Amino acid sequence: MSAENIIIEAKNVQKHFKEGDIHALDGVSLDIHKGEVVVVIGPSGSGKSTFLRCLNLLEVPTGGQILFEGTDITDKKTDINVHRQKMGMVFQHFNLFPHMTILKNMTLAPMKLLKKPQAEAEAQARALLKRVGLEDRANAYPSQLSGGQKQRIAIVRALCMDPEVMLFDEPTSALDPEMVGEVLEVMKELAREGMTMVVVTHEMGFAREMADRVIFMAEGKIVEEGAPEEIFTAPKAARTRDFLAKVL
Amino acid sequence: MRPSASQTWPLVAPDWIQNGPEWLNDIGYDVYKSFIFDDRYQMYIKGLGNTLLLTFLALLIGVALGVVISLVRVSWDKNHTEIQGPGKFFLGFFNALAKVYLTVIRGTPMVVQLMIMYFVVFASSRNKVMVGALSFGINSGAYVAEIIRGGIMSIDAGQMEAGRSLGFGYVSTMRHIILPQAFKAVLPTLANEFIVLLKETAVAGYVGLTDVTYAGNIIGGNCYDYLFPLLMSALIYLILVMFFTFLVGKLERRLRSSER
Repeated sequence: MSAENIIIEAKNVQKHFKEGDIHALDGVSLDIHKGEVVVVIGPSGSGKSTFLRCLNLLEVPTGGQILFEGTDITDKKTDINVHRQKMGMVFQHFNLFPHMTILKNMTLAPMKLLKKPQAEAEAQARALLKRVGLEDRANAYPSQLSGGQKQRIAIVRALCMDPEVMLFDEPTSALDPEMVGEVLEVMKELAREGMTMVVVTHEMGFAREMADRVIFMAEGKIVEEGAPEEIFTAPKAARTRDFLAKVL
Repeated sequence: MRPSASQTWPLVAPDWIQNGPEWLNDIGYDVYKSFIFDDRYQMYIKGLGNTLLLTFLALLIGVALGVVISLVRVSWDKNHTEIQGPGKFFLGFFNALAKVYLTVIRGTPMVVQLMIMYFVVFASSRNKVMVGALSFGINSGAYVAEIIRGGIMSIDAGQMEAGRSLGFGYVSTMRHIILPQAFKAVLPTLANEFIVLLKETAVAGYVGLTDVTYAGNIIGGNCYDYLFPLLMSALIYLILVMFFTFLVGKLERRLRSSER
């Protein structure tokens, strides 16, 4: 893949939490290419979520650089809000806005930030809801939905901003087992459409099936990366083998 | 010479009271001089109007002040490790100011604050209701600020992250996502603060403002008998508080039933 295709470039990212003196990220460098699905795996406490959250500056790195479409977003002069509009994020706990209907959840940001007219924003939201099979829940409130439905809404809420890249922070970890499938299905469809995705997950099946590249992280570092078949069938590092033996 | 209450009472008292037992005649006379003679009931009405106006204006000032103070406190607490430059200086300055305000207002008696405002700060003003409303508003603002701050802090951190991840700035996320939820969460508590405030305005008489308490006090002095005038003041507060408590209960039930 060529350099022009790089959408996110993380250079030697460091994250040091003052409380507890924890070195969560210790020099992580990674290029994300357009249209690529990158799955980050690793034991808990390995820094994979912190790394993902650094990509849109929800965590501010204490060192290194993050370039998004060539702009250094870790630079204090960069207006991060503009860049975040192009980076959708899906959270473990959905984080839907409980005081708004589903439709309002989805149209708030496009209307306020992209200045879309209400009719256009709602039409787009309804089309997206239809794609994930929830068009009849447009006027429901988040508390009336199941976990799987909430997460599907969270995904399409992010898509309403027409993002260039989607970040998933353990999107299925808070779900009941029978609801994991419906969320993964939406993510797979998204991947097949060519969306650039960075996914932190414990779903090894998803990683194996959908990932273009799998990153294995431990102790704040990237231990190993490669195509899923390499990582899952012939891991080079002992740390990776150890982890995979436990989860597979 | 103006006739006294005891002179006019036999003329206005109906026969069935005058010819009734002595205790009924006594009560009738007490009620007459406390409320009817000299149109004294009008003072209670004026007092009621002032008490309600004072409470209402103080509530507006208190909520406005409370929102601003709580936002300064929350913004500082959550962001002061990350922001830099002049922004940090100003926010730090206002945060320190807010802390002094909270400490002083919550650490001194309302009556003293009211007297300082009326006799010192606004010594040249004779508009008792406005000075009173300002004093009670400034006082209430400190308590409202802490109530709203509690509400904001009770909102899950994920809400702020979700708003920010969509591209909203800190202020817009507060406005569109955090504050509406926080307000909803603290509305019953705020309504209770309103009831507390209503009763607190009873000290307004210290600066000669005719509220419900002051009316009872003055009339009691005029009749040389405080029983009925003060009972009337108490009754007016009780009815108001019961009415507002009923409204708060209704509000709470409505909030609980919606969306959940």
